[in-house]
Amino acid sequence: MLRSSIFVAGAIVAAFTILVSGAAAGPAAPAAYPVTITTAAGKVTIQRRPARIVSLSPTATESLFAIGAGRQVVAVDDQSDYPKAAPKTTLSGFTPNVEAIAAYRPDLVVASYDPKGLVSALGRLGIPVILHGAASNFKAAYQQIRQLGMVTGREAAAARVIARMKAKIAAIVRTSRSRAEGLSVYHELSPDFYSASTNSFVGKVYAALGLENIADAADSAGTGFPQLSAEYIVAASPDLIVLADTVCCGQKPSTVASRPGWDRISAVRTGSIVRIHDSIASRWGPRLVSFFRAMSAALARL
Amino acid sequence: MNATAAKVVSPTAAVHPRGIGPVWVAAAVAFLLGSIVIGVAVGPIDLGLGGISSSLAERLRIPGSSSSLSATEESILWEIRMPRVVLAALVGGMLSLAGATYQGVFRNPLVDPYLLGVAAGAGLGATLAIAYLPDRLPGQQALPAAAFVGGAVAVFLTYSVGRSANRGRDTTTLVLAGVTVASFFTALQTFVQQQNADTLQQVYTWILGSIPSSGWSDVVLVLPYVAIATVVILVYRRVVDVLSLGDDEAASLGVDVRRVRLTLVVAATVGTAAAVAVCGLIGFVGIIVPHAIRMLAGVGYRALLPLSVIVGAGFLVLADVIARTALAPAEIPLGIVTAFFGAPFFALVLRTSRGAA
Repeated sequence: MLRSSIFVAGAIVAAFTILVSGAAAGPAAPAAYPVTITTAAGKVTIQRRPARIVSLSPTATESLFAIGAGRQVVAVDDQSDYPKAAPKTTLSGFTPNVEAIAAYRPDLVVASYDPKGLVSALGRLGIPVILHGAASNFKAAYQQIRQLGMVTGREAAAARVIARMKAKIAAIVRTSRSRAEGLSVYHELSPDFYSASTNSFVGKVYAALGLENIADAADSAGTGFPQLSAEYIVAASPDLIVLADTVCCGQKPSTVASRPGWDRISAVRTGSIVRIHDSIASRWGPRLVSFFRAMSAALARL
Repeated sequence: MNATAAKVVSPTAAVHPRGIGPVWVAAAVAFLLGSIVIGVAVGPIDLGLGGISSSLAERLRIPGSSSSLSATEESILWEIRMPRVVLAALVGGMLSLAGATYQGVFRNPLVDPYLLGVAAGAGLGATLAIAYLPDRLPGQQALPAAAFVGGAVAVFLTYSVGRSANRGRDTTTLVLAGVTVASFFTALQTFVQQQNADTLQQVYTWILGSIPSSGWSDVVLVLPYVAIATVVILVYRRVVDVLSLGDDEAASLGVDVRRVRLTLVVAATVGTAAAVAVCGLIGFVGIIVPHAIRMLAGVGYRALLPLSVIVGAGFLVLADVIARTALAPAEIPLGIVTAFFGAPFFALVLRTSRGAA
């Protein structure tokens, strides 16, 4: 009797725990390990639920925390500045040191970039690596969040994050699309006029809002990031300028207005210059919604 | 300066380098003028020759003229395109003249303006500015000054090391010192760059080199340095012919070798550093242009130096036209253009001149 009541209590606690950790995820099916996912870089198999994740990708760091896998993360790279709770270290995703990464005894490494054979080196140490490179569209970005959910046992939470992102973005697009009608945008990556066309991930944001992107005419090569000429930008006279080089290069509306000939540009005359934090504009994680929100606010002011 | 110039009149006469043939001068000037006309007329935005000439006529206050360009087109022509052509001409002329000067002073045909560590030093200065200057003093604005200081420090170090090693008599020592200093500064620069990965892109685009569309401000910034450097070098142009004979010969002809060399090197470096500070690293001009002139016209330094200024200016103006129009409205880094078009041209010159010799 006593034994069975303990069992019942235990079952209730266990059920409750699953409910809380799955956080109203509906049926929180316990992930069945091993889990195999297929990324652009190939198949990765995770044998058991990772408890010591090292993230070398700022986007992956944001996603892992958003889906509630933050407690499974032991170290993030020096560029992962969001969220604040992320265990930021001096590890680098650009010039990674395999020994330094291995010293954290990770059971999973997530990276966005594979410099100097990082993935194969970690593979030789028996550490599985998920290589989630820069997404080129929303579908790929959602897929990365979904896969991070699958491998961390946070599949339901990941699905919820994705659903929330989709709903919020859809709402913003609904209210902003009519305002964006017939307007053009110039997205600035650096003061020497590198821009982002519709072939890039950020470009997809403008396309979704129905803005015309002046960089598209310059991206015949399809790289997504053409360098525009100043003459062209002045002649195209975009209605909206988005500065993604405020942190790296100290650009602000006043420096843009003082560039020679730029006082003729529509966006400069109407003061429609949006500052967006470099990190939001260069990542493809859950804060994509913040980017949409900033654009929607700018369109509302126009 | 006057004393030195007076002293070298007789040794120069003893060398008898070939002077400038009027045909070559005319050809060089025609090349420069043609380049400037193309540079002003051609761009990603078609302004039309009629529009450009009417706008020009109005600016020159020719009676009865009025510009047919719109206000935006006026801005594009006068605030973006014109200053870019002028800046390309100044930088091209300076890099080419500096290259010819270094080649003569160090009697080494492979020397270019970056040899003495100018590029590495300027690169370090620019990287430090981008990485560490506070936001209220944006790196972008302080960049030219920082690059200039870095370049000057590097050359000073090169000269000190080279001189202490061999009392400045052997030019090979100086070249080796330059390589040493350049390696050291490049190492420092790469290290700083790696520690600041978030600003990496800005450094990268600066290193690729380009003529910025920054209006007249960069022209004003560069002009005094380029003007002074050019005047100083051209005043000493006959002495470079004497130096090219060798230090002992030059000394026996009454040239204060060390002083003259220092003056020329400082002038060439000041001009180069100013150009590098504004335009980043544009290779190839300083080595290609003087050699092409030498092979085609077969002249001594007395004629080569002024010709280098003119042809170098025209070359970079043309190269920049390609950089901003070939993929318009996208741009190509200028360094790619100078090498892509400069190298085949130079190969052609090499073949022809060998056949002629």
